[in-house]
Amino acid sequence: MPKIPLSWLAESVALDGASPEDIATSLAKVGLEEEGIHGSGVEGPLVVGRVMSLVKEEQSNGKTINYCRVDVGSFNDPEGPGHKPDNKVDYPPSKGFVCGAHNFVEGDWVVVVLPGATLPGPFPISGRKTYGHWSDGMICSSRELGLGDDHSGIIVLTEMGFSADDLTPGQDAIALLGLDEKTIEINVTPDRGYSFSIRGVAREYSHATGASFTDPASLSVTGAAGDGFPVLIEDHAPVRGNVGCDRFVARIVRGFDPAAASPGWMKQRLEGAGMRSISLAVDVTNYVMLELGQPLHAYDLGTLTAPIVVRRAVPAEEIETLDGTERVLHGEDLLITDSLGGHGARPIGIAGVMGGALTEVSASTTDVLLEAAHFDPITIARTARRHKLGSEASRRFERAVDTSLPPVAVQRAANLLAELGGGAIEDVYTDVNDVPAVEAIEMDVDYPSRIVGVEYSVAQVMDSLTQVGCQVERDGEVLIVTPPTWRADLESPINLVEEVARLQGFDALPSVLPVAPPGRGYTHSQIVRKSVARTLAEAGLTQVLTYPFISEQRLDDCLLPSDDVRRDVIRLANPISAEQPLLRTAIFETLVDAVRVNLGRGAQDVALYETGRAYLGRLVGAIPATYSGTSITPDDVEALNEAIPGQVRRVAGVMAGNKVAAGWDGHATPWKWTDALAMVEKVERACGVVLEISSEVGERQSAAPFHPGRVAIYRLDGEIVGAAGELHPKVCENLGLPARTVAFELLLDPLIEESDGVLMTASPVSGQVLAKEDFAFVVPSAVAAGDLVSAVIEAGDGLVEDARVFDVYTGEQIGSGLKSLAVNVKMRDADHTLSADEVLSVREAIIAAASEKFGALLR
Amino acid sequence: MSELSPLDAAGVSAAVDAALAAFEAAADLDELKEARLAHTGDKAPLTLANRLIGGLEPADKAAAGKAMGGARAAMGRALAARTAELEAERDARVLVEEAVDVTLPSSRALVGARHPIETMQERMCDLFVSMGWEVAEGPEMEAEWFNFDALNFDPDHPAREMQDTFFIDPPSSGLLMRTHTSPVQVRAALERRDSLEEGRGIYVVCPGKTFRTDELDATHTPVFHQIEGLAIDKGLTMAHLKGTLDHFARALFGPEAITRLRPAFFPFTEPSAEMDLRCFVCGGADAACRTCRGTGWIEWGGCGMTHPNVLRAAGIDPEKYTAFAFGMGIERTLMFRHNVTDMRDMVEGDVRFSQQFGMEI
Repeated sequence: MPKIPLSWLAESVALDGASPEDIATSLAKVGLEEEGIHGSGVEGPLVVGRVMSLVKEEQSNGKTINYCRVDVGSFNDPEGPGHKPDNKVDYPPSKGFVCGAHNFVEGDWVVVVLPGATLPGPFPISGRKTYGHWSDGMICSSRELGLGDDHSGIIVLTEMGFSADDLTPGQDAIALLGLDEKTIEINVTPDRGYSFSIRGVAREYSHATGASFTDPASLSVTGAAGDGFPVLIEDHAPVRGNVGCDRFVARIVRGFDPAAASPGWMKQRLEGAGMRSISLAVDVTNYVMLELGQPLHAYDLGTLTAPIVVRRAVPAEEIETLDGTERVLHGEDLLITDSLGGHGARPIGIAGVMGGALTEVSASTTDVLLEAAHFDPITIARTARRHKLGSEASRRFERAVDTSLPPVAVQRAANLLAELGGGAIEDVYTDVNDVPAVEAIEMDVDYPSRIVGVEYSVAQVMDSLTQVGCQVERDGEVLIVTPPTWRADLESPINLVEEVARLQGFDALPSVLPVAPPGRGYTHSQIVRKSVARTLAEAGLTQVLTYPFISEQRLDDCLLPSDDVRRDVIRLANPISAEQPLLRTAIFETLVDAVRVNLGRGAQDVALYETGRAYLGRLVGAIPATYSGTSITPDDVEALNEAIPGQVRRVAGVMAGNKVAAGWDGHATPWKWTDALAMVEKVERACGVVLEISSEVGERQSAAPFHPGRVAIYRLDGEIVGAAGELHPKVCENLGLPARTVAFELLLDPLIEESDGVLMTASPVSGQVLAKEDFAFVVPSAVAAGDLVSAVIEAGDGLVEDARVFDVYTGEQIGSGLKSLAVNVKMRDADHTLSADEVLSVREAIIAAASEKFGALLR
Repeated sequence: MSELSPLDAAGVSAAVDAALAAFEAAADLDELKEARLAHTGDKAPLTLANRLIGGLEPADKAAAGKAMGGARAAMGRALAARTAELEAERDARVLVEEAVDVTLPSSRALVGARHPIETMQERMCDLFVSMGWEVAEGPEMEAEWFNFDALNFDPDHPAREMQDTFFIDPPSSGLLMRTHTSPVQVRAALERRDSLEEGRGIYVVCPGKTFRTDELDATHTPVFHQIEGLAIDKGLTMAHLKGTLDHFARALFGPEAITRLRPAFFPFTEPSAEMDLRCFVCGGADAACRTCRGTGWIEWGGCGMTHPNVLRAAGIDPEKYTAFAFGMGIERTLMFRHNVTDMRDMVEGDVRFSQQFGMEI
């Protein structure tokens, strides 16, 4: 994001001494958010000095240092003995410095930092004894001042382009070197490409504050457009109907001194803006781009063969770009070519993205061809993305550049080259201009007020639009608004509303709470899900929200067979971690990670649950990216939803260690498989459904990750909706969980749908006396207790209120292959107290049924 | 010891006094029982004296009976009084002796907790539901069309690059993990557009999980939660947006809360704004405030008037209806409302984090 040196900004808009913080606040008001305020980090006495004497002293470590006396004007020590240990000799007015660099001699103008100053780091400076001398600070290099990477020696000011006539000892070097510059870094939103320039930011600052704005692009273009360097635009494959280039200005500057260096102020500004100084020609094009927002390119004229042809690449055509990379091109890439070896045969640049290596300006270039063009944002955006080659140029072009800038920007660059490098600007230049006229937008005068809710006067609306550069005409109740060439984002009336709103200020907005019509409240699903979440928390489980990303290994760790439905995984095209490219197919797969976090941090008893989605199913096929017309039909939505793979809401829990801790008043109770089943019961109650429970697995659904003998499989209307029980010992081992960890996982959506709209029918509560009977049945071991209880209730013919197994016994007394189930049965009738005979006949019916169905014997 | 005569008034009186003294002297209910047996039991002098009444001269019987009755009554009263006293003492002592140390651990069962992201989301939804808004939801794995195209993101516009999107493999699938809850706005508008024709506006909030390819650190997480609001009605303006945000801010941060809007850009709203909340900790008065970093304002979310193209995508005529939308991160809200300093605490699943919060937030 752009960094704006404030001295540069001040050339185009009156800052009137505003502080960097004030400027940032003003810019934020119109939508340019501050990302940071940067300074040089240099403070305190940093002054110009002249080296009076320099004595080379060889040290015992083989190094040679210089003991220098430097004239620092008003900062000098008075004439006389120096600071201890240099107090044996009398010196003229000066200060003493030890310096290890050797690129300077007596009489050179240098920069010295004095005690009390701070260099970037921060690195506070004080006087100190070193190499047998007292050094009163130091003589500085560029790198020490944060002015660049050059550490080969100290700064010699005359070599940096300063004239000795302008220097005096003791002069403030902070201002001289531009180290007092403050830079504001701003975030430019994608719709405001023109703010990628001093010109745009200055204009915005003027909108925010009313400060007077001087357009740096309002300079006069000399000479005339005509037969300059030949340029042809030949785009035979426009992208989305847009020709790749609709304006191309080329102008020659001859006799330029290739040895001319960029002046210090230009280097400072480029570096302040975050760019490196390269050579005068390149620096000038970058400088103009930063100032005006128009990317430019400088070619070595001598390497070009006319004409330049702008065309699409031939698939697989190649170009070596400025960064030395060989790139294979795509048929949509727009190229600048010249005609070496045939008409448009040689690529010399990827339009708007990066120039080519063959025609770049070099240390021997004297004749330069400057290019400033306008390229289609979509073409540039696609090419930059395709080649992962975002550049300062592409960033601007893909956000749309002012179509009227090319001749102006070229003029500005040519002027600078002529001024700084001594070139001559050719009078006639090329301007291929196919830019269509900007279309006017019609907007109702009161439209901004209707959208924003502030009563703007017609004058306010027209003023705001005029300020941003629009031409505004009024035709009755309609405004005919022609946006300026730099605001390609202004395309429809709503865009104009935003301009009015932000220029008039959001502070003007009243606060009015709208009254919504009566709503339907939470849906059944929302109410039930909240109830499920709450009931589990109250049962002692803690809710966590894990990331849904897993590795293939995790499915193996869970022992999922290759044909299990949970192997229908969905893969991310660009995962954060290459190890976890899959989306979980069950919550359990990631919930265990949170269990391990807690175990790893010393917890021994961990019970967690998560409500959320898992993702599984096979991709049905490509989903259309666009729909006919501007809107989507309900049929489209339905088709689309069906094409999105399953992501049913679920709930899962994992419990390890103890449910009840050991304590002063009792023993510990570990989490058991029964607890996992009890949690499912709680979820069933919250959902208002009763599930079928069995130990039968499904066709493509194994018992994994559960212990095959200790798992309950739940079904709703015959479909598996979940499982609960003890984890497979191997899974515990694979995942680092304690032995006998228990878990459950249920699909929530089908359970919730089952009860949606179903009204519970209440039965009257009988006030008659309860009759209780206990039975101890001996049955084959394979008989499920649940089946026996169902048979008992059925045999009661409506009189059994509740039946419950209260003891299970196996042992020698019973015999092998058998078990005893003790059942407590509660009987009650709705309208009378059951007589002893009635109770007896129910009892007999129960015994008969148990015997008949299960071969049960009463013990 | 000679027998006491029922006519021996002094003797009877002395026997009564002795009994009363013995009752009074009894230190506990057992001693009182002994005293009672000694003075009112079968062998007690007064009991024996009472038996002698039958053998007295008829003329003496009445006087003797009266004397003995009075003596028994006096002893009965004293006994009852002392019994009550001693029982009260005993009861009080038992209650003292049965006292427990209430600071011992009272529950050994593992304690559960909701995740504060969910409870925060519910609290936010509760506010809007109380205002008549509805809660809309949608899929997390979403069609690119809903996540971008329907929201006025041009396929080639750099805004599409602003959000680091998880795409589903193969990229031609047209599927992604939603980068924001905004696609739910379009789905909700599509589902409810008939109600506009019936004259009822659409007012929904859309909470949920969202995904972006950010690495987890103290302030970023690739999986996070947002809540968005969308209102579509006749005559809605940005002033209504501001009013809704102010009301929302007051509900979460107290009656003094105010919001500020700053111009911004989102493809799906125009005008667009960033929303800041006046720092509820320092009110802008503390340059060293940790919550707002001394700026006086806390960035809370984005908002704006729904772009006409978004309404069109949902089949709603932007000439007839206007709409506003806003959205904020739940994690971010939690962070500054509850001084959560590290995003990782919210995502790692350490139970100690969630257990600091109650069942409601």
